[in-house]
Amino acid sequence: MKRIAVFSTLALSLGLIGCASNTGGMSSANEDASTYMTKSFKDIIANDFQAKGSAGLDRMVQTEAQHECSKYDYLGKPIPKEIASRIEKDHYSKIVYPADSQYFGDWKEGLKIAESGKGMTWNDNPGTPNGGNCINCHALLPNNPSQGNLGPSLVGYGKTRGNSMEVVKYTWGRIYDSTAFNACSQMPPMGASHALTPQQMKDVMALLFDPQSPVNK
Amino acid sequence: MKKRLVNFALSAAATSFAIALPVGVGLMPVTAHADSYIDMLNQMGGNPAEFNVSAGEKLFKEKRGPNNKSLETCDFGLGPGVLKGAYAQMPRYFADTGKVQDVESRLVTCMETIQGFSKEQIQKEVLKDPFAKNGGNATDIVNLAAYVAHQSDGMPMEVSQNTPEEKLSFINGKKFFWYRAGPYNFSCATCHAEDGKQIKISKLPNLSNSNGEKAWVAATWPAYPDSQGVVRTLEWRMNDCMRQQRIAEPKYLSQVVIDLETYMGVMAKGHKILTPSFKR
Repeated sequence: MKRIAVFSTLALSLGLIGCASNTGGMSSANEDASTYMTKSFKDIIANDFQAKGSAGLDRMVQTEAQHECSKYDYLGKPIPKEIASRIEKDHYSKIVYPADSQYFGDWKEGLKIAESGKGMTWNDNPGTPNGGNCINCHALLPNNPSQGNLGPSLVGYGKTRGNSMEVVKYTWGRIYDSTAFNACSQMPPMGASHALTPQQMKDVMALLFDPQSPVNK
Repeated sequence: MKKRLVNFALSAAATSFAIALPVGVGLMPVTAHADSYIDMLNQMGGNPAEFNVSAGEKLFKEKRGPNNKSLETCDFGLGPGVLKGAYAQMPRYFADTGKVQDVESRLVTCMETIQGFSKEQIQKEVLKDPFAKNGGNATDIVNLAAYVAHQSDGMPMEVSQNTPEEKLSFINGKKFFWYRAGPYNFSCATCHAEDGKQIKISKLPNLSNSNGEKAWVAATWPAYPDSQGVVRTLEWRMNDCMRQQRIAEPKYLSQVVIDLETYMGVMAKGHKILTPSFKR
């Protein structure tokens, strides 16, 4: 519950930063208001939703990255490089690495987390642990057809990439907040949004890197 | 009841057949069975939601409300009482309300104007709890919608884009389609903007353009999703997608849902309507 509150504050403040940077940034506020953030569209976002369970109205407020990516997606144009790199730099600087420099937990727990799609919907109990949603979008296990393909296949992840500190830290960062590497990444920021705890992230890391994990078999 | 049992037996038979099929035909991709199973159910017919269509018809023709009138004179855009083909053109703009409305929204308008239900009654009996639980009994409004929609079964989708309001509805629907929000950064487009994508084993329609894979899915609602065990409308589908999107709940009959229906309806232009259909 506390985490959700923290996230809300974060989302709201980032949303404000987003608006502020639009007035002085690459696209003028007027252009934005006439083509994208029109009054009728803002009214929809402001009036047509209701809070339910843990899903409060603060979730409708976009971060700067969400705003810019949505706008350029809608316009069918690539996001300008300057905006993308500013977003990436900002998100990269906020990645929190494990305080004990220990990156790996238990791959068996990681597998359960990867297979669970639960968490953060309005009918999930905020008191129970969230899932990682990993196999919803990524193939992780060889020869399992019930895995999604919205993200790249991660079968053999550790085996093909090795476990250098560089790869390990990069992978942690990707799970923590993929936006840090690609401003308009489709992947949820599992650490930054507090969807997963640091321990759960370590378990998922073990699933990706442990030679005994089914991912690397 | 008897019909439901027969249906169950049929779908059980279809399931085992569908699973046997990829094994028998070695080259068929394993993931194909989920879709072919649903296609087969649709070809066989006997959809449990036909019961809802009948229940909806009875309700539609029944004299109800303070005015003791039926809904038979309700205007769904083609004139009072004209049901055939009306759903195929919805959502559409209605001059009397000054709004773009979908079938459920229009039913509510007629319950107010023709049958004389008060806003409070509508709020309490229709808007508060519009969606049945999994495996439960569908609500009156959903049965009514299933009946009205079924009168356009087999006709091509032709959601109109004639008035400024209808054009705005499409634009705002498209904007919301791409609108990322919430702790997971999800928009509708996260899952529905490319061909050949799936979540676990569920195939995802590509609604980013009218040539996208299954961009015509709007033409297959209302439907009986196997996973739900009760008839569902497109209003429900939007609600449940937004639940999984981890954002706040869209209000029932709100503009954002209607605009998404307009957007999807335009994507489905010309596609033959199949309702009620089976879904996963």
